[in-house]
Amino acid sequence: MRDVYLIGIGQTKTTKNAGIRGRYLAADAIEQALESAGLERDRISMLVTGNMMSGMLTQQQQLGALIADVVGLRGIEAATVESACSSGAAAARWAFMGVAGGFHDAAIVCGIERMTHAGREDITAALATAADWELEGCKGESFISLNAKLMKLYMEAYGVTAADFAHFAITAHDNGYTNPNAFLQKQIDFDTYMNSRMLVDPVKLFDAPPVCDGAAAVILACEDVARAAARSGLPLIKVAGSAIGTDSLALAERVDQLQLSGVALSTKRAFAQAGVSKDDIDLFELHDAYTIITSLSLEAAGFAEKGRGVHFGKDGEIALDGKLPISTMGGLKSRGHPVGATGVYQLAETYMQLTGTAGANQVPGAEVALIQNIGGTGATVISHVLMAA
Amino acid sequence: MTDPRRIKPPMGPDNGWWWDMAAAGKLGIQRCAGCQTLRHPPTPMCGDCHSTQWDTVEASGAGTVCSYTVLTHPQFPGYQYPLIIILVDLAEGTRLTSQLVDCEPENVEFGLPVEMIIQEDPDGFKLPVFKPAGAA
Ligand SMILES: [Zn+2]
Repeated sequence: MRDVYLIGIGQTKTTKNAGIRGRYLAADAIEQALESAGLERDRISMLVTGNMMSGMLTQQQQLGALIADVVGLRGIEAATVESACSSGAAAARWAFMGVAGGFHDAAIVCGIERMTHAGREDITAALATAADWELEGCKGESFISLNAKLMKLYMEAYGVTAADFAHFAITAHDNGYTNPNAFLQKQIDFDTYMNSRMLVDPVKLFDAPPVCDGAAAVILACEDVARAAARSGLPLIKVAGSAIGTDSLALAERVDQLQLSGVALSTKRAFAQAGVSKDDIDLFELHDAYTIITSLSLEAAGFAEKGRGVHFGKDGEIALDGKLPISTMGGLKSRGHPVGATGVYQLAETYMQLTGTAGANQVPGAEVALIQNIGGTGATVISHVLMAA
Repeated sequence: MTDPRRIKPPMGPDNGWWWDMAAAGKLGIQRCAGCQTLRHPPTPMCGDCHSTQWDTVEASGAGTVCSYTVLTHPQFPGYQYPLIIILVDLAEGTRLTSQLVDCEPENVEFGLPVEMIIQEDPDGFKLPVFKPAGAA
């Protein structure tokens, strides 16, 4: 297996109802990534797109070949990978395997989602296909209701209240405030969080991520290509770990509902591959789709004891200058959650952190990062460890 | 007359100009500002020189049938059957998929000269379609 490096990034600003077609968003992100890597496009021989709902909401599938054609790469190997909200990281995992396995020297990963043009009901129905349709989806469960179920159970089991989750949302918005690509570029305080609209009890508006459109791209390459393209002054960023862990789609099928086994498996595998432990991690770009998922992820990934995840970071530990910053560019909550693109935004943002180019959002001295992208309520969990080489 | 339930194409800031031209009775073609190559449908980048700069030109509306198919099954609401869908080679060199009207299915053939007319749906939506050249 060859070493794999992340050598270029591109992101569009996450937007709503901008009417920009998916292929333009993707082309924008990919052009930025090629420019950022300083790579000629003829070095690219693979494109993997991450997307969840294009077929359902825009009647367009086969985004791999379509986008390859649109960006002047007609003919190369291209396909789409789907794993609901973790489709973006899944695409990265596939490209990683393509480069690590020696099949390709340089590959583009493009996460793309366009959803805000559709009606609220259509979006909710499309998102619900990530749950187990036979056991949950057809009963009328939505992603909000499934997360509400988990949050209620967590509050009951550990004797905590809704107020205990506030700092996750506040921190995400603090960070998104200074990210020009963020969708909700605004800060919120405790009262704003507590008084936000109830969606499905106990999940409030600021526990959930906003629906938005966006595309992000990263370029993965073998060592030769990475060294040749290296920019002076910027460290090489190695993809030291790349792993997927899975769990049942339906919450009902899990013995311990408050244990995200997929997170534990995925983290363990990525750490083993990278040869790191939780103590080496300088920042954790986690999948903060809901505040309850943040709590459970911190526990399952090993950063907090079971039942203590919700309290993690109340002392500022998760802020940019804390011991384990999370959602450093706003996370899903503030940067936004353009579903199939989210995992690629996370990788692009972490690249900025590790190359010291994150501007106002810079985590001081960041060298090793864990990035986690989750499909459904923990059914597909994809972890990457990036390291400044 | 076409039913307003006809499926509307995606329209946005990046390709809205093409539909604006159609609404004004014109058939538009995108032109690369880098190498002047014409292309259709509108895309963000030139496939030849990879330039993302472009402008537009108006087509004469004349073309020939490159290929065609007569649709009979399945039938979607909003369309009239048999429906003749044609791929047109425009005089300018680009191709587009459109519909042939004012023509019996048995009269369509490869190489048939056609000319663009604007069809207006009851809801005001305007769509460039083609009829046999010279037909009334
Ligand atoms: Zn050109």
